[in-house]
Amino acid sequence: MIIRRKPDIASSEITPERTYLNRRHFVKKAAAAGVLGTALGPRALQGKTTLQELHPRFDSMTSEMDEPLNSYEEITTYNNFYEFGTRKSDPAENSGAFRPRPWKVEIGGMVNKPGEYELDDLLSGITMEDRVYRLRCVEAWSMVIPWYGFPLSALIDKVEPQPGAKYIEMKTIVRPEEMTHQRFPILDWPYIEGLRMDEAMHPLTILATGLYGADLPNQNGAPLRLVVPWKYGFKGVKSIQSIRFVEEMPINTWQVQNSHEYGFFANVNPNVSHPRWSQARETRLPGFRKDFDTMMFNGYTDQVQHLYAGMDLARWK
Amino acid sequence: MNQKRALFTVKTILWVCALSPGAYLVNSLLRGSLGVNPVEKLTLWTGMTALVLLLTSLAVTPIRRISGWNLLIKLRRPLGLFAFFYASAHFVIWFAFYNIFDFGYMWADIVERRFITAGMAALFVMLPLALTSTRWAIRKLGKKWITLHRAAYLAGILGVVHYFWLVKADTRLPSLFALVLASLLGFRALQSRAAARIKLQRSSNQKG
Repeated sequence: MIIRRKPDIASSEITPERTYLNRRHFVKKAAAAGVLGTALGPRALQGKTTLQELHPRFDSMTSEMDEPLNSYEEITTYNNFYEFGTRKSDPAENSGAFRPRPWKVEIGGMVNKPGEYELDDLLSGITMEDRVYRLRCVEAWSMVIPWYGFPLSALIDKVEPQPGAKYIEMKTIVRPEEMTHQRFPILDWPYIEGLRMDEAMHPLTILATGLYGADLPNQNGAPLRLVVPWKYGFKGVKSIQSIRFVEEMPINTWQVQNSHEYGFFANVNPNVSHPRWSQARETRLPGFRKDFDTMMFNGYTDQVQHLYAGMDLARWK
Repeated sequence: MNQKRALFTVKTILWVCALSPGAYLVNSLLRGSLGVNPVEKLTLWTGMTALVLLLTSLAVTPIRRISGWNLLIKLRRPLGLFAFFYASAHFVIWFAFYNIFDFGYMWADIVERRFITAGMAALFVMLPLALTSTRWAIRKLGKKWITLHRAAYLAGILGVVHYFWLVKADTRLPSLFALVLASLLGFRALQSRAAARIKLQRSSNQKG
């Protein structure tokens, strides 16, 4: 598995203290001010009394390539979630009225156990875990994020898809009264994404319910979102309301928006240029320079390249 | 005297307005408060400011004609130069951070991405206009200066196209810019047709 935790090494041994303190600035400030409850949400704190109890494990956590995590503040104030606005600061500012609970997920299509499930019922018996992944946006920036969630395969196994199901299609909820920008025809709502069944079953593919061990903030796709670390970030459909098992390849929202620029697979690939952004390099936020060489499959080649054996990846964008 | 004072006031407002986005960005940069993606913010703000100033400079003549306030013409040059200043900053930021001072990367970006092609073209159109905005150049070029500086409209078109092509999905703001630009062009077109008609009438009168 590609997650590596170093529970016994103090972060001060890995990172120079000044950098460390700087990186943890937000968390420190929050703890000092005693505003943790507000920052992470009361639900997140069930059974945990202080931030100190919540966050020590993250101090020593890195990606499998020893990359430091982006801060909670960075991850939750810079988002692409067009349902709440198209500026990066919009989702954090406009998603306050969104209610991620109670939540139902509709399971449908070619599946033995279709139905409308309460989210908590759907998740019962499934083990949650931390997953540190690089998130590579098609806009050529990236972050390192400690997700909290579970393999999508666990959910798929639970609802028993039929042999004819070749793809899985997921949709974001439509609530224009809460999702302010669904009132405008910016994209063809609802937001739709999909995966081939073998991609969906891959152990790296997760559904996240949280980050930094706490519930997902609304701007990051509460209460349930997809994370596929070897694909561009837009594949990670947020606030999932519907999951369908289908025979035909779903047409995802960005492909509808601009089929010339976006395809179904959207695998991170530095060799396939994009009409808007060179994909050869990326800016590792919060940095300034676009000088980080983008890795094939976002660095997860060994784990996923077998899925695409014999496929022309320049053609299947 | 009153006229002079009015001009001074309007010019002061212009300088404050035109310099404040830059001051805000430099201040935020120094304080480290540009957010998670500082370069994106710098790029967006300088580009947006350049475009707003450029379109404002194009609006000077129509507003002057409509209001009859001829002093406004004095604002056209500083507006154009400020627009060029922000467009240049926009270019330098892009070259420095996105292309990490690499001419090969820059060239590939210009050739492969049409919104960058349009943006570079806009900057190239603005360059000779900025260089010929000295009093000396205006005198030297005479009537040719007027013809040359009509290219400001071309820069405006290229700038709006650049913005339009850059935006992925939410075209509301670039559409607004396009609408403003279209009205400005429309106004000038109507005006030159009216001017042509007057000229035609005069020449036919002379014949008669």
